[in-house]
Amino acid sequence: MEKFQTLTALVAPLDRSNVDTDAIIPKQFLKSIKRSGFGPNLFDAWRYLDHGEPGMDNSKRPLNPDFVLNQPRYLGAKILLARENFGCGSSREHAPWALQDYGFRVIIAPSFADIFFNNCFKNGVLPIVLDADVVDGLFKDVYANEGYQLTVDLAAQIINRPVGGAIQFEVDSFRKYCLINGLDDIGLTLQHVDDIRAYEQKRAQQAPWLFQ
Amino acid sequence: MAGKTLYDKLWDSHVVRQQDDGTCLIYIDRHLVHEVTSPQAFEGLRMAGRKPWRVSANLATPDHNVPTTERDKGIADPISRLQVVTLDRNCLEFGITEFKMNDARQGIVHVIGPEQGATLPGMTVVCGDSHTSTHGAFGALAFGIGTSEVEHVLATQCLIQKKSRNMLVSIDGVAGIGVTAKDIVLAIIGEIGTAGGTGYAIEFGGAAIQALSMEGRMTVCNMAIEAGARAGMVAVDEKTIEYVQGRPYAPKGDLWGKAVIAWHELKSDGDAVFDRVVHIDAAGITPQVTWGTSPEMVVSVDGKVPDPEQEPDATRREGMRAALKYMGLAPNTPITAIEIDKVFIGSCTNSRIEDIRAAAQVVNNHKVSKRVKLAMVVPGSGLVKKQAEQEGLDRVFINAGFEWREPGCSMCLAMNADRLEPGERCASTSNRNFEGRQGQGGRTHLVSPAMAAAAAIHGHFVDVRNM
Ligand code: SF4
Repeated sequence: MEKFQTLTALVAPLDRSNVDTDAIIPKQFLKSIKRSGFGPNLFDAWRYLDHGEPGMDNSKRPLNPDFVLNQPRYLGAKILLARENFGCGSSREHAPWALQDYGFRVIIAPSFADIFFNNCFKNGVLPIVLDADVVDGLFKDVYANEGYQLTVDLAAQIINRPVGGAIQFEVDSFRKYCLINGLDDIGLTLQHVDDIRAYEQKRAQQAPWLFQ
Repeated sequence: MAGKTLYDKLWDSHVVRQQDDGTCLIYIDRHLVHEVTSPQAFEGLRMAGRKPWRVSANLATPDHNVPTTERDKGIADPISRLQVVTLDRNCLEFGITEFKMNDARQGIVHVIGPEQGATLPGMTVVCGDSHTSTHGAFGALAFGIGTSEVEHVLATQCLIQKKSRNMLVSIDGVAGIGVTAKDIVLAIIGEIGTAGGTGYAIEFGGAAIQALSMEGRMTVCNMAIEAGARAGMVAVDEKTIEYVQGRPYAPKGDLWGKAVIAWHELKSDGDAVFDRVVHIDAAGITPQVTWGTSPEMVVSVDGKVPDPEQEPDATRREGMRAALKYMGLAPNTPITAIEIDKVFIGSCTNSRIEDIRAAAQVVNNHKVSKRVKLAMVVPGSGLVKKQAEQEGLDRVFINAGFEWREPGCSMCLAMNADRLEPGERCASTSNRNFEGRQGQGGRTHLVSPAMAAAAAIHGHFVDVRNM
């Protein structure tokens, strides 16, 4: 997993509550055999004017000019600003895969759905919960200032704004440690290789038929 | 100190290490792999330059996307084909044993694990599929996992988990004639609801569970997930050991003797304490038929479709109305008056040899009703199919007008070509009656194999106890 330490990046606003995982990545794309490549179909139904199916050349599809991510001023955004209950719906890990593949590394919202929140950490995306009024203030700042950027410092747990000072945020210490060090669960478990081997040795004596 | 439950014993024997907050690293003995949830996990391994920790712990087969007819022609849908070909490639690259589509041993992953002896008592068994609970029938700790966890198991042979709570569902006494494992588990879900087991590992016990064959116990554990529990299990007894003996992956010789001694411990201690206990009287269980779009929407075959107006809870009432609308059913319709268009005998719930025998016994010397457009039997594996053919069961079905298909998930979830058309009504031995599960707009009634066979002959539901 990619390490996350500090990030200074353009912010894109997605001004809706209850954005569900089906909206983030519609179900027809789940037949894919890849974990990557979902970026072009992120928010597919909102982003394009036609109906998307796997295998289409997305670069040739008609874009919906009204969808916020299609506006030139938000191209290259790595921080997504969102509203309540972001990521509700199914447990599909394709949702954080799509956000990450598109380029988002941070999502800021007043609240997240549980499973989605967990899945983000497994995929190097930092979801940040802030008070609804703070989020609301950020929405206003983004709209008012083209090219609006934030700096997210995970170690210090601080978001630096161009104007208005720093915002403190909370993050679970264990998850923070994993993100900063780029440790996915696998990387983490592999720190305990000796324990696993010791277990296997002991178990192979107790239950040798499991290790034929 | 109180004794241990079966779940406690299985859990404790697999803890590799425990963190202060109770999170554990647990060891996985068997990992079953299929084509739908594994490609991203293999890709992850590749991208990180990792190798499977213990190749021999994995066993793979394609099941969800495979066609059930004319298999020599390959898979028509290119996206389905690619998922299957990708599994072949990944297994080849990483050295994982795979029963490919045309292997005689191919089948539904939850059928072939036990059939091969790859599922053994005392194991932890996982698969990127929620019905992995099936394998708990062998006194194993078995549960479904997500794609990141599939990769985690491949890379480390472990999973990061927190322990669930203990629940005992005891089916006491003797079940009546014509009442099968499927009816028992549907009755359990009807009783405790689809969230009744959430947060628990369920042990199924009591005389009626002990009386079930291993196939029957697998049917019950299969649907633990439909009761909200990630894992269901049954204690080991002589039937378990007899079933396992001589299977290809089962221990042999000296090891067999040692294993059997250890396996006899795989039951809850007499003084073990469960966080929740549910008792159900087997004598009160009748053949079950679901009427709605959730497995808990179930009634006795001699009952009626319930009336939402009689339901005091507003949320439930709304749910019932929506389900009846989707199902195209009027309140108070007798279940036996519901006519069906298709019959599906198969799925990881009910596609083992015993299920096929039970259905064949009902079908014998009868014909499929003219009103039924399609009645199909899809054996759970190539070996089940072969066994049934040796017993002449295929002829029983074919003579009656059933189609006798190649093994796979088939119309359980309609990811291959087998599906319901909008509005079609199906008597199905599978496990989920969700909207669109068997095809967009399709209407599913979950029943036992004998009940599905009887419905095929009559064109509507009938009480097998009267046949
Ligand atoms: S038969 Fe149905 S429930 Fe079982 S594994 Fe296949 S799709 Fe899933």
